[in-house]
Amino acid sequence: MTESLWQNLWTGYVFPGGLILVHILMLLVPLLVAVAYLTLMERKVLAAMSLRMGPNVVGPFGLLQPLADAGKLIFKETIIPSGANKFLFLAAPCITFILAMIAWAVIPVADGWVISNLNVGVLYLFAISSLGVYGIIIAGWSSNSRYAFLGALRSSAQMVSYEVSMGLVIITVLLCVGSLNLSAIVNAQKTVWFAIPLFPMFIVFFISALAETNRHPFDLPEAEAELVAGYQVEYSSMAFALFFLGEYANMILMSGMTTILFLGGWLPPMDIAPFNWIPGVVWFCLKIFVLLFVFIWVRATVPRYRYDQLMRLGWKVFLPFSLLWVVLTAGVLLAFDLLPKGV
Amino acid sequence: MALLDRGARSIFLWEVVKGLGLTFAYMFKPRATLNYPYEKGPLSPRFRGEHALRRYANGEERCIACKLCEAICPAQAITIEAEPRDDGSRRTTRYDIDMTKCIYCGFCQEACPVDAIVEGPNFEFATETREELFYDKDKLLANGERWEYEISRNIAADAPYR
Amino acid sequence: MIIQALAFYLFAAITVASGFMVIASRNPVHSVLFLILAFFNAAGLFVLMGAEFLGMLLVIVYVGAVAVLFLFVVMMLDINFVELRQGFLQYLPVGGMIGIVLLIELAMVLGGWVVAPEARSVAADPIPALDKVTNTHALGAVLYTKYIYLFQGAGLILLVAMIGAIVLTLRSRPGVKRQSISEQVNRPREDAVAIRKVEPRKGI
Repeated sequence: MTESLWQNLWTGYVFPGGLILVHILMLLVPLLVAVAYLTLMERKVLAAMSLRMGPNVVGPFGLLQPLADAGKLIFKETIIPSGANKFLFLAAPCITFILAMIAWAVIPVADGWVISNLNVGVLYLFAISSLGVYGIIIAGWSSNSRYAFLGALRSSAQMVSYEVSMGLVIITVLLCVGSLNLSAIVNAQKTVWFAIPLFPMFIVFFISALAETNRHPFDLPEAEAELVAGYQVEYSSMAFALFFLGEYANMILMSGMTTILFLGGWLPPMDIAPFNWIPGVVWFCLKIFVLLFVFIWVRATVPRYRYDQLMRLGWKVFLPFSLLWVVLTAGVLLAFDLLPKGV
Repeated sequence: MALLDRGARSIFLWEVVKGLGLTFAYMFKPRATLNYPYEKGPLSPRFRGEHALRRYANGEERCIACKLCEAICPAQAITIEAEPRDDGSRRTTRYDIDMTKCIYCGFCQEACPVDAIVEGPNFEFATETREELFYDKDKLLANGERWEYEISRNIAADAPYR
Repeated sequence: MIIQALAFYLFAAITVASGFMVIASRNPVHSVLFLILAFFNAAGLFVLMGAEFLGMLLVIVYVGAVAVLFLFVVMMLDINFVELRQGFLQYLPVGGMIGIVLLIELAMVLGGWVVAPEARSVAADPIPALDKVTNTHALGAVLYTKYIYLFQGAGLILLVAMIGAIVLTLRSRPGVKRQSISEQVNRPREDAVAIRKVEPRKGI
């Protein structure tokens, strides 16, 4: 009896649990390395675009710079402001970081390479990314500082506004796929990537992703020139590092989401000889890399929006535009009988 | 037509695309900056960097403790105490510069009648503690010995214009 | 099954506890944060029941948007607690009445199950079993066929509420300078800049 119980425990819980843990580590370790090197890439590309050198002293071509930065942040003192709400103050960076990590659970990096092939994967991603605002708003409030609070207010309004148009963009894609499963969305793009027929939606989604991750030109929550880094003002050491990691992981996540929704996920651009020799995960990473480059490229190019312009763009331009495209896409699909056949 | 043109431009984000093209082109241009710790820019002979107390060629220190530099220093960074030496000549017993106060205006070297206190070409003297920036006479004389070649060359180069 | 049961009790316990803390905590911001925790765990309960669509919607709509606005408002309000608590007993009868009505309604719903066990199957009838279709499809199939008028009606009510809110808050004040971005961007160079040769000692 006890023998079979232990057997049961092993095959039923311990072994699958361990397997999932290994899967998670296989995803998260490369992700964290990618985050570290994304910071280096950002600094290098920005430097190149403004005719500077960028970090080049630590290691060959500055390749060890992220490690040096991490070491510096770890050994610094965590300062908690005296007026701060201690628990929430420390919880906020953890929330940001954890949310940026758990969203990866449903991202298929290649055919079948996914930790949890959720039926409502898109909604899960959308839900997690909409939760990201809490890290910032709690950080801003619990810091008990004006700058941080202003940054938090800006960011919460900004993220809520842009989520609406993002949701509508996702709906257009879902109309073409007929499933909320991310793997199904990628497989639906075998003939043509959605970026081509839905090109305007792709642009709207990418710009909304910029706003959602608080990147330039929508980095008003941080706005170092006006708010001295906004909600992060009071943070130091590992708490700051967690914000930083979460923010950059969110960038990669948003790039991954754009890749899956519009750029055909792990699919090669054409299903012919030299392209389909390369494994899907390489294509996926390559597409994410290109999108991340565009993130940085945009940062080097455009100046920051003013707050009312940001709200105008979100509510008065993107929302009607994406709503129009939802109706248009639905109409075209219905008129030409292209609607995906339901299960 | 103009309306159509403008409308098309704004719908296709023409200005943004043009800007992106510009930054992309700049990415491949040669760097405009110096690779600082390995490459350095040229310094003028009049450059005012770290202070030094000079000696004559025979090893006698130049400073005669006239305290003109102490008097003129607008930041009051210089402190001097003086006594007659055994041979009767007037020399400083204490010559301190608080480098955290100094504003590198160069008045001290202008005031000095014997070219004893000078501001040399060295600007890389960052320290880890404040205490290391409170220079005393030994430190200043050591600086003078270390930078004498550059300082004398700079003075010679600047001499025709004074 | 053990894991499911454990997860259920964990989610349920946290939901109830944080629901209690919503009304018990002194700081309104903490209240809202506990409310969010309650929403979140309710979403977890939905997922546990196999209704992942509803769970995700709960997170997106309530946690991601509604609660953010709550938090937004509560953080900016400067609430005087002493004043707030003074009228507490005054409102107790009204609050108690509402509580009793809710209790009776709950009792009727639960009592219905006891009195007529077959009523539950009638309510769940239009929804096919979980293993046949995903609950997204099931929900859509019911919502857009049987309850289409109610669904559209709810949408219309929300639309009216939204337009009403906009109309109430939109005032056009005369004499306020407003920025017209397209006008600014489309302004030709000739309108904005004039190059003049200024003679010395003459001025323009």
